[in-house]
Amino acid sequence: MTDAMLVLEDGRVFHGVAFGAEGETFGEVVFNTGMTGYQETLTDPSYHRQIVAMTAPHIGNTGVNDLDPESFRIQVAGYVVRQPARVASNWRAQRSLDAELKAHGVVGIAMPGTRALTRHLRDRGAMRAGVSSVETDPQALLQRVLASPGMAGADLAAEVATKEAYVVPSRTGETRFRVAAVDLGIKAMTPFRMAERGCEVTVLPATATAEDILALDPDGVFFSNGPGDPSTADAQVHALRGVLAAGRPFFGICFGNQIFGRALGLGTYKLRFGHRGVNQPVQDRRTGRVEISAHNHGFAVDAPLDGPFETPFGRAEVSHVNLNDGCVEGLRLLDRPGFSVQYHPEAAAGPHDSTLLFDQFCAMMQAAQAASAAEPGTSAPNAAEQGAPATPEEGA
Amino acid sequence: MPRREDLKSVLIIGSGPIVIGQACEFDYSGTQACRVLKAEGLRVILVNSNPATIMTDPEFADATYVEPINAETVEKIIAKERPDALLPTLGGQTALNCAVALHEAGVLEKYNVELIGADFDAIQRGENREIFKGIVESLGAECARSVICHTMDEVLAGAAELGYPVVVRPSFTMGGLGSGFAYDEADLHRIAGAGLAASPTSEVLLEESITGWKEYELELMRDRNDNVVVICSIENLDPMGVHTGDSITVAPAMTLTDREYQHMRDVAIAVIRKVGVDTGGCNIQFAIHPSTGRMIVIEMNPRVSRSSALASKATGFPIAKIAARLAVGYTLDEIPNDITKVTPASFEPTLDYVVVKVPRFAFEKFPGADPTLTTHMKSVGEAMAIGRSFPEALQKALRSLEQKGASFSWSDVPPPLEELLESIATPHDGRLHEVQQALLAGATIGQVYQATGIDPWFLDQIVAINEVAADIRLSDDALTAAKLENAKRHGFSDVQIGQLRSLSEEVVRELRHALGVRPVYLTVDTCAAEFAAQTPYLYSSYDEESEVPIGTRPKVIILGSGPNRIGQGVEFDYSCVHASFTLSEAGYETVMVNCNPETVSTDYDTSDRLYFEPLTLEDVLEVVHAEQQTGVVAGVIVQLGGQTPLGLAQKLKDAGVPIVGTSPESIHLAEDRGAFGRVLAAGNLPAPKHGTATSAEEAVAIANEIGYPVLVRPSYVLGGRGMEIVYDDATLTGYMATATEVSADRPVLVDRFLDEAIEIDVDALYDGADLYLGGVMEHIEEAGIHSGDSACALPPITLGRENIERIRESTLKLAQGIGVRGLMNVQYALSAGVLYVLEANPRASRTVPFVSKATAVPLAKAAARVMMGATVAQLRAEGILPPTGDGGTLPLDAPIAVKEAVLPFNRFRNAEGQGVDTILGPEMRSTGEVMGIDEVFGTAYAKSQAAAYGSLPTKGRVFVSVANRDKRTMIFPVKRLADLGFEILATEGTAEVLRRNGVHAKIVRKHSEGTGPGGEPTVVRRVLDGEVDLIVNTPFGSPGQSGPRVDGYEIRTAAVVRGIPCVTTVQGLAAAVQGIEAVTRGDVGVRSLQEHASRLRNAWAE
Ligand SMILES: Nc1ncnc2c1ncn2[C@@H]1O[C@H](COP(=O)(O)OP(=O)(O)O)[C@@H](O)[C@H]1O
Ligand SMILES: Nc1ncnc2c1ncn2[C@@H]1O[C@H](COP(=O)(O)OP(=O)(O)O)[C@@H](O)[C@H]1O
Ligand SMILES: [Mg+2]
Ligand SMILES: [Mg+2]
Repeated sequence: MTDAMLVLEDGRVFHGVAFGAEGETFGEVVFNTGMTGYQETLTDPSYHRQIVAMTAPHIGNTGVNDLDPESFRIQVAGYVVRQPARVASNWRAQRSLDAELKAHGVVGIAMPGTRALTRHLRDRGAMRAGVSSVETDPQALLQRVLASPGMAGADLAAEVATKEAYVVPSRTGETRFRVAAVDLGIKAMTPFRMAERGCEVTVLPATATAEDILALDPDGVFFSNGPGDPSTADAQVHALRGVLAAGRPFFGICFGNQIFGRALGLGTYKLRFGHRGVNQPVQDRRTGRVEISAHNHGFAVDAPLDGPFETPFGRAEVSHVNLNDGCVEGLRLLDRPGFSVQYHPEAAAGPHDSTLLFDQFCAMMQAAQAASAAEPGTSAPNAAEQGAPATPEEGA
Repeated sequence: MPRREDLKSVLIIGSGPIVIGQACEFDYSGTQACRVLKAEGLRVILVNSNPATIMTDPEFADATYVEPINAETVEKIIAKERPDALLPTLGGQTALNCAVALHEAGVLEKYNVELIGADFDAIQRGENREIFKGIVESLGAECARSVICHTMDEVLAGAAELGYPVVVRPSFTMGGLGSGFAYDEADLHRIAGAGLAASPTSEVLLEESITGWKEYELELMRDRNDNVVVICSIENLDPMGVHTGDSITVAPAMTLTDREYQHMRDVAIAVIRKVGVDTGGCNIQFAIHPSTGRMIVIEMNPRVSRSSALASKATGFPIAKIAARLAVGYTLDEIPNDITKVTPASFEPTLDYVVVKVPRFAFEKFPGADPTLTTHMKSVGEAMAIGRSFPEALQKALRSLEQKGASFSWSDVPPPLEELLESIATPHDGRLHEVQQALLAGATIGQVYQATGIDPWFLDQIVAINEVAADIRLSDDALTAAKLENAKRHGFSDVQIGQLRSLSEEVVRELRHALGVRPVYLTVDTCAAEFAAQTPYLYSSYDEESEVPIGTRPKVIILGSGPNRIGQGVEFDYSCVHASFTLSEAGYETVMVNCNPETVSTDYDTSDRLYFEPLTLEDVLEVVHAEQQTGVVAGVIVQLGGQTPLGLAQKLKDAGVPIVGTSPESIHLAEDRGAFGRVLAAGNLPAPKHGTATSAEEAVAIANEIGYPVLVRPSYVLGGRGMEIVYDDATLTGYMATATEVSADRPVLVDRFLDEAIEIDVDALYDGADLYLGGVMEHIEEAGIHSGDSACALPPITLGRENIERIRESTLKLAQGIGVRGLMNVQYALSAGVLYVLEANPRASRTVPFVSKATAVPLAKAAARVMMGATVAQLRAEGILPPTGDGGTLPLDAPIAVKEAVLPFNRFRNAEGQGVDTILGPEMRSTGEVMGIDEVFGTAYAKSQAAAYGSLPTKGRVFVSVANRDKRTMIFPVKRLADLGFEILATEGTAEVLRRNGVHAKIVRKHSEGTGPGGEPTVVRRVLDGEVDLIVNTPFGSPGQSGPRVDGYEIRTAAVVRGIPCVTTVQGLAAAVQGIEAVTRGDVGVRSLQEHASRLRNAWAE
C-alpha cells in the first residue's frame, strides 16, 4: 500500500493510502452524501474538475458494471473514500472499482478522516485541493494546490460536452416529440427518460446557437446539467434567449436551470458547499408535495421567493425550493412554456420521486403542437431574428 | 397541514408483557408517542399491562391503565374515558390486534372512536397475507408463490402443489409465532396445526421456500399529504430463512447498487400507498435472489416495529415520535428534524457509519430446545453497535452481547474444516463465530458462501478481521501505534489484542494510551455531517476528530444494562432512565452509556448525552476519559443497570473512576457468600445452612452435612443461572461435573433447600441512616421458584404486622452491614416461623418498577438522589417520598397489586418438535411480567392472569392431577371449583382423594395409559381437542424418575400448545380460585394509576 495525502488550499492535510491510480491530481474538493450510486457519481460530467469525497464509509462493494455509468468515462478529477471494498459482490458486477479507477487513471485516496473533511468543508466551504501518492511533503503539494485554478469563473461545459451532435431514438416505437437537447455535461439517463416517453432526442454540442437549435424545428428544447460557473456561460444564455423568444417549450436541469435563470435576467451565486447527495427535500410550491431528490450543484439561482416576477419573457415564478436551506430549486414561466429545476429528476443515482417532470415537459410539447396545429404559419425561426431583449446582466 | 383541532384525547395501546418477538422496543415507541402527544396538549390515555415499562409511569400519560390488553377491558376504558381517537400502531402486534378486535366488536363505532395512524382496512390489507399478496402483484411486483389455508386438508393440498420444503406462516402474528419450515408431511401436520391455532383468524399461508436469498428491510414514513420517505435500509447478514429478529442485521444496506436500491424503494413506496397506511411508519421486507437479482416482497408491518426501533437508533430519526405527530395531522415538512433543528423531517437520513445489530439467545435456559434458527423468532434480546466500518461495528456489537465466546477469538485451534462447513450450513446461535473459524481454517469465501448464503462481501470483511489478527499476532515486531490503530479500526478490543499477544488487558490498555491510540466520539446526525448536529448522540471510533461538547454542569454517568436477557430486562432500563430524568432535574449533566437499541435509555433525548457503546471495562473507561476531558465527572452509577454494570464496579474503581452509591467493597460483601455469611452472622440473621464448594467431593460433603434437598448454583449470577434443586449425591456429582467456570474465586454455592417456605421480596432504600422500605412482596408460589418467575402480591396478603416489622429490622441490619447507599433488594424465605435471608442484591432489582407503580412512589428516582448524597428525610421533604410511612406500612385500603411472570415456553420446541416442559424452578425463565391491580386480591390476581395468559375460565372443565404432597391442600380449592359449577376431571389417584372428600371427579386416562379399549381419549388428547378449560398439575417426583413426570410434561406442553391456563402449584390454584370467584361475581372494573395514587395519598394523609 502506497501512502497518499489530501491537502486543502487552507493548508489542512489528511493522510491515507493510494486508491485507484497512483499519481497527483488537483481540483475543487466537494463531498457527496449518497449511500448508493458511486458509479453514477463517478461518471457524472458535472463532477468534471472536482475531487469527490464520499461520506458513506464503504465504497466499491458492488463493483463496477457497464450498465450504470452516466457517461462514457470517469469524470471526477480525484476520489476520496474511507474504506474501499476488497471484493466486488453483486450479480451485475463486472470489475472492481479499484481496477476501474486505475484503468481510467483516476487518482484517489482512502483515508479515515472523511467525516472530518466533510465537517471542514461544511464550515469553510468547498475549496481547491490536491491528492497525491507521489509527493511526500505537504507544503510542496500545498503550493501546487494554490497554483491550481478554482471553480469560480470556470467555463467547463464545452470540455465535457459532445463535439458532434447525435440522436437518441424514441424507445416506445413511435416518435411523439422531437427534442433538441443542448449538452453541457448531460447524463445518459436524461435522454433515456425522454426516449422512454416517446421523444427522439438530438443531443447538440454546448456551443449550439439558437439558430442551430431552431434549425431542427424541435417540439421542445432541453438544456442539461454540467460543470462550472454559470456566470461564464454567456453563449448558452444567449442561445436560450433565442429559443425562448421563439416560444419553444423549454425544460432545463441543474446547469440548465441556472442558464434559464440568467436568460430570465436573474443572477447566480456560489453556494458555500453546495448540495451533493440523493436525500434532499424539495417542495413543489404549488402542491406542497415534497420530493426526495438527487442533487449535484455548487451554484444556485438568485430569484424572488415572494411571488411571480417580471422577465423579458413574461411573468415567472420560483416553482420549487429546498426545504433544508430555502435555496431556489426550480423556475417556471407563467406566460410561455418553459420551466427548469436545479436538481436531478433523471435520478441516476437517486430516488425517482421527480420523474413526473419529464411528463410535464411532454405535456408542454403536446400543448404547443396542438396550438400550432390550430393556427399554422407562426413557425419559429423568424421569431429568432427579433433577438432577445438586453438585460442588465448581459455579457457579465 | 397543522395538527387536527378536532382531536382532544387519544387512547394509546401498549404492547403488554415482554415476550420473544415483542420486547421493550415498544416501550420506547410508546413512551415517545405519549411524550409528544402530551406536549401537543392532547389528553393521553394509555393502557398497558406491563408495569416494568417507562411509558406506564404516571407522568407520561393523563390516565394510565395497567390493565389487561383485551377488547373487553379496553372497552371499559373507552366507555370511561371516551377518547376521540385510538392510536394502535405503536404497541406492536398486540395493540394492532386489539384495535382490530375492538373494531370488529363494534366498540369503536359505538363510542365513535377514530382509528388514527392506520385504519381498519389498511391494517387488513397489510396484515392479511392473502390480500397483501394481491396488492403487491397488482403493483407489478412479486411475492413468493403461496396458498392460503384454513384447514389441514387445504394445507396438505397446498403443499402438494408448492412442493416441499414449504414455509408455514399464520396471519396476524408477530415474531414468526407458529411459523416454520416443513420438509415433509409430518412436519406440516405439526407446524400448520400450531399455526392454525396461533393465528387469530385460524388462517395460515403456505409459501414456496426462498431460503438463502438475500434479505432486506426498508423503514418508511408517510404523511397525510402523501409524502413518503425511507428512513433506513437494513440488510440481513443471515439470508432468508432466519427471522430478521434472529439475524445479524446491518444498516445501511451494503451490497446493493443504486439501481437495485431505488427499485426496492419504488416498490416499497407503491406498497405503502396502496395499502394506505395514511400516516406514520411501516416496515417492508424484501428478498433478492443473489445471482439473478429477482426481487420478492416478503411482508409488510403497517405499524412501528422492532426494526423501526432499530432504524431510529441507527439513523437518529425518531420514527415513533414523528409517527405520533403525523397521526394527529402534521405533515413531514412541518416537523423539524430535532437532530439538526434547521432541517425538516421530510428527508431521508444518510449515514456515514455502519450499524450492526446482533441477537442474544437464551437456549441454555431451555434444555432440549432446538437451537436451529428458522422463520420463528427465538432470540430474547439484541445489542447494536455503531462504527465507521463494518468490522468495527460488528466486533463492537459482538462484545456488547456480554456472552462468553460471542467475540471472535484466535486462541484455540479451529476444529476440522469439514466439521465447520457442515455445522455452519444450518443457522444457529454462534454461527458467525464458526464462519470466522472456518475462514481461519482455510475455507475459501466461495466455500463458506456455498454453505451459508452469507454475502461474499461480508465474508471478506471477516477475512480482513482474521488478517488483522494475524498481523497483531506477529510477535517478533512490536505493537506500533499504526498496528494498534489498524486493529482498533477493525473493532478489536484490548482483550482480544491481549489474547493475541498473550498480554493482559491492562497492559494493552497502558501501551495503547502510552502510544496515544484512543477513540474519538462522533455524532449520529442523520445527515453525514452535512449540517451541524444539535443532539449529543455519540459513538466511538478510531477516527480523526472528536465531537464531544464541552460540559458545564457536573456530570453523572449512568451505565445501562445492555442487551435484554432473561433475568435482566426492561426493568433495569426503567431505573436507569428514571435516574437520568431526576438527576437532570437536580442540576447534573446526565450521560447514558448503553448498547440496547430497544430501550428508552438509548433514546437520544432521555439523557443530556448518549453514548451508544458496549458495556465493557475498556469501552466504559474510554467514555469516562472523554467526559473527563470535557468537564467534571461527579460520579458513575453502576447500581441501576443490573448485574452488567455491577460486575464492572470494582475494576472501574481500581482504574480510578469515582463510583457513587454503594461502594464496590460493599457490593462484594453482598455478592461473595463467605463475606455475606459474616454480615449475616454479625446481625445474627438466619440463612439456610450453606457452604461453598470448588469440587464434587466438597459439594457432596457439604450436602450430607446440611442435608438434602440442596440448592446448588454458581456464584455471581443473575436470574438463578445454572441453579438446581438436588436430591442425592449422584445428581450433585453430575451437576458439579457440568457446572461452568468453577474456580476458587468462583465457587459453587450449596444451600439447604427450604421446603414449603413463603418467599418474600423486599426493595428498600438506605441513605446510611434511614431505611425506606419500598415494598414487601409476598410470592404466590413457595420458595424454590425463582422470584422472577413467581407471581407475587403487594402489599403481602398473608403476612402479619410483626412479620413485616421483622423484615424491616433484618433489612436495616443488612443495609448497615453491607454499607448500602441507594437501593437494595432482599429475598427472604419464611419457613416454620423463621425468617431466612436467601440473598441480598445491593442494586436496583427487577421489582423496582412494579413496587413504584403499586405504591405510587418513584423509587428509582429517590435511589438516584440518595446515591448522589440526598437523604431519605430530604426526599420526604421534597415530596419524592411520602412524608410519613413507607411500603411496609401501607394503609389498609391500599390497592393490591399482583405481578405475574410471562414465560416463553410456546416459542421453544425440541428437535422432534414437541414443546419444552413448563414447570417452574429456581432458574428464572420468564421474559416479562404483567401487573393486575385492584382493591381485593382475587380481582387483582384475575387481572394479572388475563393480562399474562388470557382470562381465567368461569365455567367448563378443570383437569386436576397433583403430587401426593399436594393432595391435602388441593382438596378445598378444587371443591370450591366444583361448587362454582366446574366439571372436574382427574387422574386416578387424585380423583380418589377428591371423591372421598365429596367432590365428584371423573377419571381420565393418563397419557402413559394410552387410549382406552373403548377409545376413551387420554387427558392429553382431550386437552389438545380443546375440551379442557383449566389445568391444575403439580410436578411429581424428582427429576430422576420418569413415568409420572413425563405424564405431567405431556399435559403441560399440550396446555401450552392450546394456550389453556395451567396452574403448576397449589398456591397458584388457591389464588386462581379467588380470581375465578372475582370474575364470576363480575365486579371487575378499571381504574387508572393516577386514581389509585390519589386514593393512596388520601389514605396516607389520614
Ligand atoms: N418463503 C420464504 N422462504 C424462506 N424464508 C422465509 C420465507 N418467508 C419468510 N421467511 C423468513 O421468515 C422470517 C419471518 O417471516 P416474516 O414474514 O417476516 O414474519 P414476521 O411477521 O414474523 O416478521 C423472515 O425474516 C424470513 O427470513
Ligand atoms: N435455600 C433456599 N430454599 C428454597 N428456595 C431457595 C433457596 N435459595 C434460593 N431459593 C429459590 O431460588 C430462587 C433464586 O435464588 P436467588 O438467590 O434469588 O438467585 P438470583 O440471584 O438468581 O435471584 C429464589 O427466588 C428462591 O425461590
Ligand atoms: Mg418480519
Ligand atoms: Mg433473587
